[in-house]
Amino acid sequence: MTDLGHRRLSTFFFRHPRARLAALLAVPVVWIVGVYLGSLVVLLLSAFWDTNPFTAEVVHELTLDNFRTLFERDVYRDVAWRTIRMAALVTVADAVLAFPIAYYMARVASPRTRNLLVVAVLMPLWANYLVKAYAWRTMLSDGGVINWALGPLGLHFDGYSTVGLWLVFTYLWLPFMILPIYAGLERIPSSLYEASADLGGRSLETFTRVVLPLAFPAVVAGSIFTFSLTLGDYIAPGLITSEQFIGTVIYSIRGEALPVAAAYSLVPIVVMIAYLLVARRLRAFESL
Amino acid sequence: MVESQLSRVLLRAGAILTLAFIYVPLILIALYAFNRNVTQGWPIENYSTRWFSVAFHDEEVREALVLSILAALGATAVALVLGTVASLAVSRYRFFGRDVISFAVILPIALPGIITGLALQATIVDVLGPLGVSFGLTTIIIGHATFCVVVVYNNAVARLRRTAGSLDEASADLGADSWQTFRYVVFPQMRTALLAGALLAFALSFDEVVVTIFTSGAEQTLPIWIFATLSRPAELPIVNVVALFVIFASIVPVYIAQRLAGGTGLTSDRPARGTVAAAVEAEP
Amino acid sequence: MSARKYRAARWAALGLLVASLSVVAAGCGGGDDGGSASTEIEGLGSSLEEIQEMAREEGQVNVVQWAGYAQLTDEFKSATGCTVNTKDGGSSDDMISLLQTGEYDGVSASGNASVRLMTTGDVAPINADFIPNYADVQEGIKDQEYNSLDGEPYGVPHGRGPNYLMFRTDVVPEETDSWSVIWDESGPYNGKLSIYDDSIFIADAAVYLKATQPELGIEDPYELDEEQFNAAVDLLKQQAPNVGEYWPGDVAKQIGSYTNGDSVVGTTWPYQYVQLTAADPPVPVKAIKPKEGTTGWSDTWMIYSQAANPNCMYLWMNHMISPEAQAAVAEGFGEAPVNLKACDLTKNPNHCAEYHADDESWWEDVYYWTTPTADCGDDRGEVCKTQEDWEAAWTEIRG
Repeated sequence: MTDLGHRRLSTFFFRHPRARLAALLAVPVVWIVGVYLGSLVVLLLSAFWDTNPFTAEVVHELTLDNFRTLFERDVYRDVAWRTIRMAALVTVADAVLAFPIAYYMARVASPRTRNLLVVAVLMPLWANYLVKAYAWRTMLSDGGVINWALGPLGLHFDGYSTVGLWLVFTYLWLPFMILPIYAGLERIPSSLYEASADLGGRSLETFTRVVLPLAFPAVVAGSIFTFSLTLGDYIAPGLITSEQFIGTVIYSIRGEALPVAAAYSLVPIVVMIAYLLVARRLRAFESL
Repeated sequence: MVESQLSRVLLRAGAILTLAFIYVPLILIALYAFNRNVTQGWPIENYSTRWFSVAFHDEEVREALVLSILAALGATAVALVLGTVASLAVSRYRFFGRDVISFAVILPIALPGIITGLALQATIVDVLGPLGVSFGLTTIIIGHATFCVVVVYNNAVARLRRTAGSLDEASADLGADSWQTFRYVVFPQMRTALLAGALLAFALSFDEVVVTIFTSGAEQTLPIWIFATLSRPAELPIVNVVALFVIFASIVPVYIAQRLAGGTGLTSDRPARGTVAAAVEAEP
Repeated sequence: MSARKYRAARWAALGLLVASLSVVAAGCGGGDDGGSASTEIEGLGSSLEEIQEMAREEGQVNVVQWAGYAQLTDEFKSATGCTVNTKDGGSSDDMISLLQTGEYDGVSASGNASVRLMTTGDVAPINADFIPNYADVQEGIKDQEYNSLDGEPYGVPHGRGPNYLMFRTDVVPEETDSWSVIWDESGPYNGKLSIYDDSIFIADAAVYLKATQPELGIEDPYELDEEQFNAAVDLLKQQAPNVGEYWPGDVAKQIGSYTNGDSVVGTTWPYQYVQLTAADPPVPVKAIKPKEGTTGWSDTWMIYSQAANPNCMYLWMNHMISPEAQAAVAEGFGEAPVNLKACDLTKNPNHCAEYHADDESWWEDVYYWTTPTADCGDDRGEVCKTQEDWEAAWTEIRG
């Protein structure tokens, strides 16, 4: 384009801010709405279709049978509750584990240590998820590290269980909780701590009445990841336990009963959308 | 420092415990990379480096590694463009549906990967296939970019929130066109935030397996290769070697990026201290 | 606009967007209905020489297989110019899903996949003229209901085998000869059972009930009416709490747990048995066909009807029933070959005898995997449980 042409375009955009906006938004909107949301809608629509009982091909006949199946058979409800419960427990465990180190990084560590710690916390993200899960599988087995360490104490831990899976999930998503909390704590100005001390608050009081409320949105932000990642995971449960979770059910019936799988995926979708709306209310989006 | 001595000791202990929790499995992975046996028993009886040479000569691993890097680069590039553009629109303009954009952008990463994967796979088979786009690097990038956008977007929005729009106008007043304004005024302010976002987007894409299983067709990224190899009993140890290699290969870039970006990557960049900034921050 | 109207307008627009997408989606999307059952695949040569030439141009073949099936791929590549890329499937459902992405040229299908694939037209019949080794396949395996439709052969038989009862001999008595060890409600091995994670396992429960509850009248474990089906499902639900692991076609998982002693008894494929006994140090396991009989599989290499590399695939099918490949897979996987010329080539000269390759009577109580249909195939009529019912029940059984 000639220089003059370039300027003309620029002037046009300056005079017509809406056009500028539209030009900016065009590609992302088409991408997110067209590719992503469009695919999602099509998938969810198939929840209203039927399948051929023999070949399992999707038949374009509207039906509510799939939803009826989900309601009538207890297993789907049980699995959903089990998954939500696990997601909640993992979130709590991650928050508890993340807070001390995040606080240490934000407030106590020297700048050099802080940099090293950030790198140290980021590193596990580069270790492959599958390899980590498999390493845990080895650790949790009857002859693995955990039982080897507990052996002399006369204890035995059945690692291939819900508790084992809870440990694995907690481990896998921990960095996603540490980082937002760290950023959130860093955002709290030192002056607030001093002001609180000036007003007579001791460590614990400052913590519970000043720090926690200010850091809370960041905790919620981190919890979005831990909750949603646990809610939909189908690989880790298969490695550690033989219990079914929402993700494993969807994965195992996706070929033969895609409409039921699509209907069932509405459960995590609805849960997460509700979670996101609450999180936005709690100002978590700014802490992401 | 306001925290009491006791608090600091407890915090240090807590931090060490958490770090131990994080690193014990990683150390195990490293140990198993040197395990002579094919099966992962404990304790490890024999050590050997033989799996390193096997992994080094394995062509499948190399191809998978290359594909993963290409996909991550592609996804990061797309996420950078989309994220930057969307953040500019959201930060500098008020318009109908602005809140919805923020919400929509986070959906791909907030909704379970299996749903994204199933949805995209159906789209690729039914819509993109007939258009000539088949499974491969392109579809992998499409899948990854969709959830990588939010990481860049969030960082960019947070940074733009902190920079004054008045600078853009001043630049225009001085005679710069839109592109020049972006290049000389806006972009330099956003650069480190974008770098942090790009680094995290790269990491997310490189490690992604849940969605990739559905969008890769017959191609193998590194995580897909790992997934397939985990179920091949005779080749299991190579996986640990490869994992260890990736961890070490990433230490330097992560450290450098961390120094440059000065932030955590996942979240917005280094916040300003001081009460005024806190007041500004408190605004929605 | 006032704030409320603003919000309302926003939701209206979103709704409009979703509605319009739905209209579009309702038009397209969904699966393609089956194609025609013709051996004519686009791109396939019209003579053996042409096929070989075109295969060299194709240069590759992508197949979905059971772990360990593809053998002598390097020799195949030097002979034909086709590189073999394999993808392991975990279950028949998995394999069907993979094939339907259109990314693969063929599949080693068991009966519970092949019947469906033939019906939907996802696989094409073969032209035996282009597969010279087909003539050597045992007659008793050809033209069965799991590998042919409407009188046309749909693929090349691969081999057959039983699902074994495998147990660790240091925990379970060597003389064990019955499935009761895994079905017994208060058995001593509870918590250490290893069970195949697929709805087809309902047939194994039916096989056991056929022997232990003859009053149910079960003849064919894949054609179960309401009463028989419910009995099988109840038995499985009773077993579920005792299962240590459900292995999902990921053979390494089961091999690992038998090695570590996390599993001591369960159902398995010969492949795991071969791997465990060949390990260093070998794991003390024994695998048997119990007295009640067992389920099994007779697998067939089938070609995808829209295969991108049909010529390489035809050469591959020919390769897999060549005596050399048959011998390799028979010993590598632990199954009975279907081309008896392989029996002279196996490293263990008694392999065929040990695996009953030629002994049809041994296979009489091995019930090959197949797809359950409503049509019971006998005078009960159309009251049997379908594949859909089996899948739904399996999800419930797993809890």
